[in-house]
Amino acid sequence: MKKMITFTINGELRSVEVEPNDILLHILRDKLGVTSPKIGCERGDCGTCTILLNGKSVRSCLMLAVEADGQEIITVEGLSDDGLTPLQDAFIKHNSFQCGFCAPGMILAATELLEKNPHPTKGEVKEAIAGNLCRCTGYEPIIEAVLDVSSQSN
Amino acid sequence: MSQANQIKGKIMEELKYIGKSFPRIDGKEKVTGAAQYVDDLEYGPNLLHTEIVESTEPFAKIIKIDTSRAEKVPGVVTVITGKDFPYKFGLYMKDRYIMAQDVVRFVGEQVAAVIARDPKTARRAAKLVKVKYEPLTPVFDQMEAIKKNPILIHPDLGEYTHVPWFYPKAKTNIAHWKKVRLGDMEKGFAEADVILEDTYHVPRYAHCCMESHIAVGKLDQADRLTVWSSSQSPHTQRHLFAEALAPLGFTHKDIRVITPFIGGGFGGKAGVTMEILAAAFATKVKGNPVKVRWTRAQEFYNTYMRQAVLSKLKMGAKKDGTITAFEISNYWDAGPYVEYGANVVNASGLSAAGPYRIPNVKIDSLCIYTNLPAAGPYRGFGYSEMMFGVESHMERMAQKLGMDPVEFRKKNAFKGGDLLVYGAPMNANGFDECIDRVAEAIEYGKKAVSEDPNKVIGKGIAGAWKGPAMPPNASSSAFLKFSEDGSINILVSGIDMGQGYLTVMAQIAAEILTVPVEKIRTENPDTDRNAYEWQTVASHVTWSCGNAVKRAALDAREQIFETVHAAYLYDKSTLYLEDECVKCTIDPEFSLPLKDFVIDGIMVKDGTFRGGPILGKGMFMPEFSSTKSDPETSQGGKPNVHYTVGAGGLIIEIDKETGKVKVLKVAEAFDVGKAINPDLVNGQILGGFMQGLATALYEDMRFGENGEILNPNFTDYKIPTALDIPDEIIPIIVEVPQNDGPYGARGIGEHTMIPVMPAIANAVEDALGIRIKSMPITAEKIAMAIKAGVKEVD
Repeated sequence: MKKMITFTINGELRSVEVEPNDILLHILRDKLGVTSPKIGCERGDCGTCTILLNGKSVRSCLMLAVEADGQEIITVEGLSDDGLTPLQDAFIKHNSFQCGFCAPGMILAATELLEKNPHPTKGEVKEAIAGNLCRCTGYEPIIEAVLDVSSQSN
Repeated sequence: MSQANQIKGKIMEELKYIGKSFPRIDGKEKVTGAAQYVDDLEYGPNLLHTEIVESTEPFAKIIKIDTSRAEKVPGVVTVITGKDFPYKFGLYMKDRYIMAQDVVRFVGEQVAAVIARDPKTARRAAKLVKVKYEPLTPVFDQMEAIKKNPILIHPDLGEYTHVPWFYPKAKTNIAHWKKVRLGDMEKGFAEADVILEDTYHVPRYAHCCMESHIAVGKLDQADRLTVWSSSQSPHTQRHLFAEALAPLGFTHKDIRVITPFIGGGFGGKAGVTMEILAAAFATKVKGNPVKVRWTRAQEFYNTYMRQAVLSKLKMGAKKDGTITAFEISNYWDAGPYVEYGANVVNASGLSAAGPYRIPNVKIDSLCIYTNLPAAGPYRGFGYSEMMFGVESHMERMAQKLGMDPVEFRKKNAFKGGDLLVYGAPMNANGFDECIDRVAEAIEYGKKAVSEDPNKVIGKGIAGAWKGPAMPPNASSSAFLKFSEDGSINILVSGIDMGQGYLTVMAQIAAEILTVPVEKIRTENPDTDRNAYEWQTVASHVTWSCGNAVKRAALDAREQIFETVHAAYLYDKSTLYLEDECVKCTIDPEFSLPLKDFVIDGIMVKDGTFRGGPILGKGMFMPEFSSTKSDPETSQGGKPNVHYTVGAGGLIIEIDKETGKVKVLKVAEAFDVGKAINPDLVNGQILGGFMQGLATALYEDMRFGENGEILNPNFTDYKIPTALDIPDEIIPIIVEVPQNDGPYGARGIGEHTMIPVMPAIANAVEDALGIRIKSMPITAEKIAMAIKAGVKEVD
């Protein structure tokens, strides 16, 4: 029943053999060594497993690995070829994380927002990251980082 | 003062690294995905996975466990039951076995475990384990559990080992009874013009770390046990593993605990809970690492929950606002195992009268066994729970006296040197400044009116305090070593669970050694290599480990000066550090970069070398602390090393139709002694406030008739999202130095949650005239109270 699937992960074409009921999150972490998507709740509530699938943020805990066949996936490991993105820099500057467990997913959700809408309002930022839970920061420093990047871009 | 000493003095007094908001030194790792948590480490292809068979009964005898079918499933390596490990463990009281033995005491307790080559096989096989129970009558309510002739959850309580400052009552469900007695209660109430008596209730809550508990254990072929755990307490874990597994021949030397980054703690990862399973299971599968990872549901019911408390309060005060007497009975629902939780009851019992100077005080703080899941430490360590009642009561007493609630609190607040209820002196503190600045920030006392006729606005304020709850000999230590380029590694064993500890330790070392923060790494713990730390709990590591790191840096500096003295013969008292160089007050030309000699030493004329690798060490033990006191009164001793005080205030808007509360503005002020990194302190205020707000408004844990939690997930147990944050939040830092703290710093972290619940209740009353005496204050509770037209809600 195993199936070979192939997809682009952080710019590299990789193939992996999966069971039909394998969850994408587990394959990324256990078979491909991409560990920035975290196991938080495994039911789509918390957003720590967020990845960008063809540019859109999705929860890799709710997706079967076979569904990723032929798609393009980006995680924080592959956000930039050269140093940090302005958003990653802003996360450091604004203390937008504490324990850091939500940070990869949060950064991807905010990256997607800024791609689609480079100058969001505070309300739009809140909406965009509302599916990603953070227990440490109280969210304000995350929102500040996103708005800071937005204000720096043309 | 000589000119030379003036130069040195000037350098010494200007702080270059303390009090500055340096970016976190773990920043790059955490934004790139490089930061590794326990589940991100590689354990190799022979890693085993575990599935726990859990009790379906709240209280029952185990009659039989049939593992035969599970054992036959291909891929199953072994099936373990409690009888494999008939060993107790626990931090303060040994009342728990590694796995259930003959009795289960809550739904979800570990009864058996299947260890298999892959998680799916383990899950499938665990379903085949059959357990036969003989049900006993459970008790879920702490007040039921202390009625006459109760069903005993621990019939052998009288024989349990525990720390000397616990007082369990044999043949009852009272695991610990903390008593404080001061003055003469009868006289105190007789002197009062007003007496206010009422009951408050705070239910259970869950920590909700984003990373659930996880531990991996491996016993290698040479009998060395390594445990990787997501923990606040690696050294304490090693100690408790060694204690529990001593019958198998393990000593401390045989056990190593490694803790990489952890995904939140909030008290839930203090001590030992499920990590003992990974340690024990590893001994059954020698050569194979075995992983135990809690699901989100298990994270709710099988680590610690926050304990629930029912507070009965009676306060007397004179017309002029002087509190004359305060009688407090706190009944804690602690669950069936209180090996850590009993100390929550103890610590919060000592401080249950709040930060107020009261001549006559009677406190009873009871740790009561129930058949709900085990409960224990949670950010605030009992203070959030008991201060809800205290600060609700203070507000109401001020109203009865016709006094401004801020003035009433300030009039009674402890000043430095005042004697606490147990006789030890209070530290210097900025309580008055905190509450004044919070009141000012929210324009307390000035009525605000909503533009929307369906909405009302209210303001609330509350004071807060907390001392680190720790044994009197809880210590910290630090190693500090240089590399050839003059960069530094600090080897300590505190945990940066988000608060910024790694960065703050680097700043302290930077200040002494004039090495920039970006050239310093603070390492995550490995008990084989890093210096000892008791635990990262009690908001004490900035203070305690900060002192240890400071001493390690001073030790290193001394070695640096000795090396320079040995090579150049300058008197050590003339040497000082500046910009990573050793300089000399009597020779302005002399400037020797640290990198030139901190590893290789200094060559002298004959070609030989002086000095060598600089390796600083430092230790801190609060030698003035003691828990020795009278069990009937708690008088004597100095159980708390200091208190951090503060206040919170907020403005809320309530929709009268739906009961929904929106927080418009918040201010929280805390006296941190000295903010070593102000941005990180602000982070604690923002995050702690939000966690407090969640307990006040949203999180609502529900139990079924078997005492099983009904909402162990984020769909039904609502923690805040970005949409729930206040419109404006103002963090305020107050700095009245702590004389024994590094650069005057004292703890901050837990405290910022504490004022939120009572401030919300006080604001709701201000807005609606309805006094709510139980948490949480959900929209439903408010709406129902408005509909019923009541003035008080129990």
